[in-house]
Amino acid sequence: MLNKYPLWKYLLVLGVVCLGLLYAAPNLYTPDPALQITGESSAQVIDEATLRRATDALEEAGIDHFGEEIDEDGRNALIRLRSRDAQLRAQARVSRALGDGFIIALNLAPTTPDWLLAVGAQPMKLGLDLSGGVHFKLEVDVDAAVERRMEYYYSAIRRALREERIRGRVTLDGDRRVALEFRSEEDREAARSIVADNHPELLLDRIDEENSWRLHADMTDVSVDEIIDYAVSQNLTTLRNRVNELGVSEPLVQRQGRARIVVELPGIQDTAEAKRILGKVANLEFRLVAGPDAPAAEKQRFEYRSEERAGAYEWLERDIIITGERVSNAQASFDQNGQPNVQISLDSEGGTLMNRATRDNVKRRMGVLFIERKYRTRYEEQPDGSEVPVKVPYDEKKLLTAPVIQQALGAQFQITGLDSPMEASELALMLRAGALAAPITFVEERTVGPSLGAENIRLGVKSVQVGLALVVVFMVLYYRVFGLCAVVALTANLMLLVAFMSLIGATLTLPGIAGIVLTVGMAVDANVLIFARIREELREGRAPQMAIHTGFERAVSTILDANITTLIVAVILYAVGTGPIKGFAVTLSIGILTSMFTAIMGTRALVNLIYGGRRLRHLAIGKDIVQGDAA
Amino acid sequence: MKVFNFMGWRLAAVVFSAVLLVTSIGSLAVRQLEWGLDFTGGTLVEVHYGDSADLDAIRNTLDSGGYEGATVVSFGTDQDVLIRLPSGFTDADGAAVLAVLSDASDAAVELRRTEFIGPQVGEELREQGGLAMLLALGLVMLYIGFRFQLKFAVGAVAALVHDVLITLGFFSVLGLEFDLTVLAALLAVIGYSLNDTIVVADRIRENFRKLRRAEPVEVINISLSETLGRTLVTSLTTLLVLISLAVFGGEMIHGFAVALIVGVVIGTYSSIYVSATTLLLMGVSKEDLMIPVKEGAEQDDLVP
Repeated sequence: MLNKYPLWKYLLVLGVVCLGLLYAAPNLYTPDPALQITGESSAQVIDEATLRRATDALEEAGIDHFGEEIDEDGRNALIRLRSRDAQLRAQARVSRALGDGFIIALNLAPTTPDWLLAVGAQPMKLGLDLSGGVHFKLEVDVDAAVERRMEYYYSAIRRALREERIRGRVTLDGDRRVALEFRSEEDREAARSIVADNHPELLLDRIDEENSWRLHADMTDVSVDEIIDYAVSQNLTTLRNRVNELGVSEPLVQRQGRARIVVELPGIQDTAEAKRILGKVANLEFRLVAGPDAPAAEKQRFEYRSEERAGAYEWLERDIIITGERVSNAQASFDQNGQPNVQISLDSEGGTLMNRATRDNVKRRMGVLFIERKYRTRYEEQPDGSEVPVKVPYDEKKLLTAPVIQQALGAQFQITGLDSPMEASELALMLRAGALAAPITFVEERTVGPSLGAENIRLGVKSVQVGLALVVVFMVLYYRVFGLCAVVALTANLMLLVAFMSLIGATLTLPGIAGIVLTVGMAVDANVLIFARIREELREGRAPQMAIHTGFERAVSTILDANITTLIVAVILYAVGTGPIKGFAVTLSIGILTSMFTAIMGTRALVNLIYGGRRLRHLAIGKDIVQGDAA
Repeated sequence: MKVFNFMGWRLAAVVFSAVLLVTSIGSLAVRQLEWGLDFTGGTLVEVHYGDSADLDAIRNTLDSGGYEGATVVSFGTDQDVLIRLPSGFTDADGAAVLAVLSDASDAAVELRRTEFIGPQVGEELREQGGLAMLLALGLVMLYIGFRFQLKFAVGAVAALVHDVLITLGFFSVLGLEFDLTVLAALLAVIGYSLNDTIVVADRIRENFRKLRRAEPVEVINISLSETLGRTLVTSLTTLLVLISLAVFGGEMIHGFAVALIVGVVIGTYSSIYVSATTLLLMGVSKEDLMIPVKEGAEQDDLVP
């Protein structure tokens, strides 16, 4: 029969709408402002006593709090607050009460009920323009990294030629080439095989001129890309570690493009502090492990940095062999026996120093220290009796590893005896991170205060509401019962859009809200197309049931064409756009997809339910069309 | 139904479009665009004062604080102040400006937002924006050429270029700020205008096949009249939500809403006149659209 859906189609539409309702629901629960307490080191466990000290401090200050909880492994604790205004004050109080060793972060604790969490339903994440916070874009100076590598090649090649007693001139030629010049062809061939052995990644090229035999060693594009990748991933790792120190509940550190890194810190207001911590430099020290009879004045005790060896320590000599500035590269690899190791390259001076220190100390152990600048908070009393926190810097030195020296080391050596490839790559990353990292600069910075964020949400919600109301009124007045169907479908569409965004973990931004508003306006277009067709069919004298049927049929291909082209534009927007533009593109694309479902299938189901399978003389699709009013 | 003689007015429409286009291009050449911070690079600080803010006092404070050449305007309300520093200041200055203002003011100064954009980022963004626009136009032309016919693709792209140029011209003539959200709006205009154009093109194609004996002008008039209701209703609903966005959405999204409103109005006009007139100019005829095999099949695809 015409205009009757089989039962499964009704059930499908109903099912999708119910699922949408379920997954959109978490967004109805407003989150509580909260403080999140984390230990600065992973060994730091947060117990009831710690939590009590925090809550006592809040009570003393008269700040309302509730719903305290510690998660299962004792890493995090959460204290919910009644008002958002008190959040900053509460943070100051609690960090004062707990002292150093704890990170107190501002947080918004979701209030999603457990039964929704159980099915994986989560509220949408809010972008920085809605939640408030800082957005940084940093650029890694990759040219500097490439330049450093060239200098390393230059000095390594010179040293190798000197050691082999090959006479020749070595120069840096441009930013990608080491040029070698010899008096005889034999010398050049000897040099060529040495360079090829030591640096197989270089591209070698012989150039003959009168009385001069030259050799060009060029860095290939592939190895330049590798260096850039190293420099960026090394910076990413260091930035991640440092961001954790800032105590932000949901930070984002992400590579963007070739050499950029985006850092987003929701809830942070103090950009100066954030930049100080992000921009600091870590370093390395190589020192011999002190012998058992070394006098106390000549040795120092250092704890291991890794969690597995928490508490373990070694005594190292006070003398430093070399620091991280001498490390030009570190790479995780495997030896002949398939055991994981880390290959370390030093610059020429570092190689000499390392050789001098190790040749007489074979079979002793050498410790690698990782040094980070950290800050302790001290509270200074002001003349007026108030206290101000003062950050006092100090260097934290922890032991990465302490392997046995197997032979005299030079500019290139390896650390073996590692437990797993994972450990090797972590060590390599730490070594690179500790080495003088490619410098980073801030190329973009955006801060949104919390009040503006809240206002943006309020305005955004209001414009969606008003826009929706206007469309609803117009559609119902213009298309009557059919308009009502379209409006129901439109509401379902909004809900599906929100549900879908929550489900895939998309971030809602202000332009994203604009995308939703635009979707409301444009989503009815599909219905308008269908209804206009039905009206035409009626005008041409078709029976109502037939008009509904052909109206839907004919409009579908137009709707598809129109929506696919809009989708193309949205995808381009996503591909080339940055931050906020991406948010707009995401909502627009999802909106187009969900609107096709609701406007075509959803509206059809409703119309079929109302009109399907009945004898009709009249359709309520606007007052100007009556059955028989044929053109 | 009544068939309007749209194409009878096409000369007037050409003149109208030409005037708008010449004004737009002229203004873009002479006045150019009021590029926003996203594109020029520089520093921006938005602060909120407890009472209404004295802009002159703020200017003086900034001048004596070493921030000469800062533009100070109120933003939305008289309590919100927007300060723009010319490029050349560093990323540290946003926070410093706030400190200077807080010291000088008795009332509390609340930070709303700061933005710092490095000059190279801004430049890249401009390139990327232009590229995105060209890419969008190119891909869309390809799709329409594939789904319809080359003449339709040229007509659609003519309409899109027309809409984008006039919207840009609007921003240039009125000196409105062109920032990243406006660029997004412009791309959305492309999407919207296209949507409209395709609906009309779809009908023109259908009528060319149905009304075999009619002249092209007649076919286009009939098609435009048939789709007129839908075109107007969709534009109206879209305008309704956009007006809501412009009125209630706040300052940060205002440019976006305005660009889209202009774009939608122009896009509605262009889907009626520009693409159809272009089709006629290129001498579209039913031969362009006849299916070589058999009529009436649902398979409408024609490769040009």
